[in-house]
Amino acid sequence: MSQPLLQIINATKIYGNASSFLSANTQTVALQDFNLTIDEHPATITTIAGESGSGKTTLANAVLGFVNLSSGQILYKGRDIATLQRSKMLEYRREVQAIFQDPYEVYNPFYRVRHIFDMVIRRFKLARNKAEEREVIQQALKIVGLRDEEVLEKYPHQLSGGQRQRMMIARAYLLKPGLIVADEPVSMVDASLRAMILDIMMRLRDEHNISFLYITHDLSTAYQIGNDIHILYQGSIAERGETTQVIENPKHPYVQLLIDSIPVPDPDIKWGEDVEAAGDEKMRSQANSGCRFYPRCPHGMDRCLEKQPPIYQLNGSDHEAACYLYDEMPVAEKRN
Amino acid sequence: MTVTQNRAVESETSAAREKVLEVKNLRIHYETPRGDVIAVNGINFHVYKGETLGLVGESGCGKSTATAGILRLVQPPGRIVDGEVLLNGVDLLKLNESELRQKRWRDASLIPQGAMNSLNPVMKVKEQIGDGITTHEPGMSRQAVKERILELLTLVGLPSRVYDLYPHELSGGMKQRVCIAMGIALNPSMIIADEPTSALDVVVQRVVAQTLLDVKKKLGVSMILIGHDMGLQAQLVDRIAVMYAGNIVEIAPVRSLFEEPMHPYTQLLIASIPSIKERKPLKITEGLTHDLRNPPPGCIFQFRCPQVMEHCRKITPPLRELKPEHYVACHLYE
Ligand SMILES: Nc1ncnc2c1ncn2[C@@H]1O[C@H](COP(=O)(O)OP(=O)(O)OP(=O)(O)O)[C@@H](O)[C@H]1O
Ligand code: SF4
Ligand SMILES: [Mg+2]
Repeated sequence: MSQPLLQIINATKIYGNASSFLSANTQTVALQDFNLTIDEHPATITTIAGESGSGKTTLANAVLGFVNLSSGQILYKGRDIATLQRSKMLEYRREVQAIFQDPYEVYNPFYRVRHIFDMVIRRFKLARNKAEEREVIQQALKIVGLRDEEVLEKYPHQLSGGQRQRMMIARAYLLKPGLIVADEPVSMVDASLRAMILDIMMRLRDEHNISFLYITHDLSTAYQIGNDIHILYQGSIAERGETTQVIENPKHPYVQLLIDSIPVPDPDIKWGEDVEAAGDEKMRSQANSGCRFYPRCPHGMDRCLEKQPPIYQLNGSDHEAACYLYDEMPVAEKRN
Repeated sequence: MTVTQNRAVESETSAAREKVLEVKNLRIHYETPRGDVIAVNGINFHVYKGETLGLVGESGCGKSTATAGILRLVQPPGRIVDGEVLLNGVDLLKLNESELRQKRWRDASLIPQGAMNSLNPVMKVKEQIGDGITTHEPGMSRQAVKERILELLTLVGLPSRVYDLYPHELSGGMKQRVCIAMGIALNPSMIIADEPTSALDVVVQRVVAQTLLDVKKKLGVSMILIGHDMGLQAQLVDRIAVMYAGNIVEIAPVRSLFEEPMHPYTQLLIASIPSIKERKPLKITEGLTHDLRNPPPGCIFQFRCPQVMEHCRKITPPLRELKPEHYVACHLYE
């Protein structure tokens, strides 16, 4: 077995002040006891999905080293990223790249696009001379389907949203990363350009052995390109497994509700009228103990309030769900 | 309404239907130091009584500008250059300011893009909605205003306690429903909702979408629903207008559009809807939208069109009715 590329172990992030018996609890548990392993070979696209506030961006930021965990560990190629030496940290910053939702904000509007490439090439010493520099840039642009004369001399605002996003991917590719954290990379571009970006992600995975942590609220794009999926609800894992299994046969009541709410792009298949009117209000209320989905769950049982459900293993496969409906199944992971 | 001879091409039902809104040759430019951005390039469409018209297209294609233009809410450096906007037969573009104020909100209202984030944070819900009502109905008693607000809240599925809350005490979905309540406060015959659900999660999106459908059913209003999610459009609208770079390239009843999209851009939009039913190869296009300051001669989609022909680069294809109620602007069907 190959060594894992990335291992997230019991990652927990709590924002705000610890409660005392004098002050109200002002803590938000953004992420709780989260575990995830991404193997080095073959490269994969691992999706982290959930609604806004579910903790997915906290997770992305923790992996990128932008926030420190409250407890738990993130290991990259076996090394805890919280304790990396300076030089190793620089190496980590090269090997783990990020692409974001609106690439426009990343660019400095006063520099031509070429400058963005020049900067990374210099910082990470990717070329020895002008000729080599040209070659690396050309190759990176080719991967994302851009021609250098088309974009390099332009200013960021002169590019389309899809072009800007592809520039970011090309810039990331330049550094030959092992992992790219992609936080909602396609939610700002229109449908036809979205397909192109998803296709580039798949090619980088299959032809260049680059893995992705794909953060999204959109299950349908994950379904098209993803390997494993982890679905978060209020900071905790609700369900995970191989993407097609989870989406075609969801087990957790929350995931069932999510998938049911995706509008079907067919005017002949109408939504049922059975939508829970108060769903949205209840959604924000947090159960103080037990399962966080209890306030909205159509199957809620008394025991769901007592203790947070462990993660059960379904059908002997790697499909898992944190819900007492499956308590006859073996426990995959206990939680506090 | 009289049915004139030259409308005979339309199906009986549509010819007999009353048009609440007719937009003719609407043209809106934004002035920039390096020339005018042609954000809306002389578009034509109408909305029937009681129907929902979807308006789709990629970011920046001019959806918000076009609909802001209908209510003359285009902000400088934008300006309406030309066109007619007939609301119940009256051209809004010809009214003076005070006549226009009478029409706005009362006859047609706009729920702007991102409305829920522009609620005034220091005003309670009752004040936000109440303000709109009292500006237009200064004679209304306080009690009547209160009753009206509570009625509106029920209509959009919110509990009455919301009346006394501040925006920050509401979830995104609840805020969006407050905005819908504001939009229908004066019983308009037409609501324009600009991406009313796009910042919301799917579960909440569904609740808000359902609220819109409910409101529409109960009040019988006509609606223009701007969006970019084709799935949502399929669920919510009766007809769809597809916009590309300031132009409407296709308008059709929602079923025809999904079953038989005719414009190459629409075909691309439909083919690239990600499905959760089957994994399919992604449909990819190359090319770049032209600079809106400088549209090419001929078809505006030529740079991205997989089927572009020689004369597409010279002659602009007009929007023509190819089947009843199905309008397309493309040389492929000549
Ligand atoms: N103040 C402005 N000055 C110059 N150009 C502008 C201005 N506002 C909008 N535009 C341009 O007008 C065009 C249409 O913009 P509009 O906001 O109407 O698009 P949209 O279809 O609503 O996009 P989205 O889906 O992102 O909301 C765009 O090319 C935009 O860049
Ligand atoms: S007119 Fe020509 S370029 Fe335009 S959409 Fe039709 S085939 Fe394509
Ligand atoms: Mg808009």
